[in-house]
Amino acid sequence: MLHILMAAVSLGLLWAIITMGVYITYRILSIADLTVEGSIVTGAAIAAVLITRGINPYAAIGFAFVGGMGAGLITGLLHTRLKIPALLSGILTMIALYSINLHIMGRANISLLKVDTAYTVFENMGLNTTTSVIVVGIIFVSCLIGILYWFFGTEIGSAIRATGNNPQMARAQGINTDTTIILGLMISNGLVATGGALIAQSQRFADIQMGIGSIVIGLASVIIGEVLFGKRNFASRLVSLVLGAIVYRIIIAIVLKLGMPANDLKLFTAITVAIALSLPVFSSYLATLKKSMKRNR
Amino acid sequence: MLTVKKVTKIFNPRTVNEKVALHDVSLTLKKGDFVTLIGGNGSGKSTLLNCIAGVYQADQGSIIINGTDVTRLCEYKRAALLGRVFQDPMMGTASDMGIEENLALAMRRGQRRSLRWGITNKEREYYKELLKKLGLGLENRLNDKVGLLSGGQRQALTLLMAIVKKPKLLLLDEHAAALDPRTAKMVMELTDIIIQENNLTTLMVTHNMRDAIKHGNRLVMMYEGQIILDIKYEEKQKLTVEDLLERFESISGEEFTEDRALLSKGD
Repeated sequence: MLHILMAAVSLGLLWAIITMGVYITYRILSIADLTVEGSIVTGAAIAAVLITRGINPYAAIGFAFVGGMGAGLITGLLHTRLKIPALLSGILTMIALYSINLHIMGRANISLLKVDTAYTVFENMGLNTTTSVIVVGIIFVSCLIGILYWFFGTEIGSAIRATGNNPQMARAQGINTDTTIILGLMISNGLVATGGALIAQSQRFADIQMGIGSIVIGLASVIIGEVLFGKRNFASRLVSLVLGAIVYRIIIAIVLKLGMPANDLKLFTAITVAIALSLPVFSSYLATLKKSMKRNR
Repeated sequence: MLTVKKVTKIFNPRTVNEKVALHDVSLTLKKGDFVTLIGGNGSGKSTLLNCIAGVYQADQGSIIINGTDVTRLCEYKRAALLGRVFQDPMMGTASDMGIEENLALAMRRGQRRSLRWGITNKEREYYKELLKKLGLGLENRLNDKVGLLSGGQRQALTLLMAIVKKPKLLLLDEHAAALDPRTAKMVMELTDIIIQENNLTTLMVTHNMRDAIKHGNRLVMMYEGQIILDIKYEEKQKLTVEDLLERFESISGEEFTEDRALLSKGD
């Protein structure tokens, strides 16, 4: 059981990076960005191809980040310059990326069994694979929390937040909302691709299908984090994203352990997210019900 | 300070819904002018304001603010020259951001935004002083989310954000119309004080005849996309609601039946 828990935590830490990306689009920019499903694979594909060619795994992650930013740029241009609705722009990029990712990989999957990964350094220090992933995950996640906290406090970061909150006001304050939306999408997908690169290395393969459902998992993690750990200030929100991603993985590990068939995982996740997203409806319904009961008394 | 030259704006051109919102409108504001712009629904007053702000691009004609031809500039670029307050109190501020953050966004209007920290301690002191002048107690709530403020407080804050960078032209789009009478009065008084103190050139759209007569040094009335009245300075000081209605009727050949304007004729 401890081993299962550790594995869940390690995977949760890597998915936390993707969750941060989803948070930037979904909560900060108020856009549901489906590019994620493709850019996670782009990140994995770039990293896998470069690592198998002998490039340093950390450098490969850097390239994955840049590749993800490219995917975000495309979605951003489709949405702002060509005025295609955000949801559709994301879908278009996601579909296009399926082909592009196949081109990057050259085939449907790449094995990373016989090469050094980002975790090898720590494995060589005597840690087992799961612990190495946890160590690398913690390093990445804490650096990213620091960087994101700083970035969204800067003038440019504030402009992005204002754009997501009230684009009309942002323009009246001289903010080029097209630029801020594009920038937000680029950073978001850069993070998602980084997560994809790290996940591929931990599972020791990159696969063209690995992005399916990732947006829903990301949303689930964002919402679990908010529900369980609140949304007081920005720093605590960033931490809650990480905790949300870990809790999601632990829940999945538990239901699998309890005997749910792995094939039903995506269904389970979708239902969980649907319930979580509809909580406000239920709570307002309950509030009305309470009020009317008081009145009738 | 502002020159609008023969501006025409047509919505849905060449369709059954074609609507000429502005027809050859020309208007010049001198520095320090405070113009109240009045007219019924569909008279084109809001369209004119939006064409000046860059929300809409004019189909024909030109718009010059403080010597800069802005006719083809997009909205966010024009923002450097303008201060704007909207009818909807929700529209002028970012509700999920703090009071000081909103002011800091306004303070950087027209500047290149960089990776410097979004708000400095020196600014905070300055904002505190500014907010204290409003007399709404906001100076002690710098970190509060704007979403927690009342409509009147939000409009007062938006007004402050509009003038914090000393705009060449202040555009007020019925900014007191959505407030209850007492709050509206407070916001209008505040508007007068701020405009006087900063000697701002202002264009204020309003539905309220009394406000249009009471405030500003010049009154412009629009009707069916054209300016039909422009009453200036000394003449405006003597103007009454009855005069205005009479002159409107003699020019347009119909009664001024705009419900909201009639209702707000009194107080």
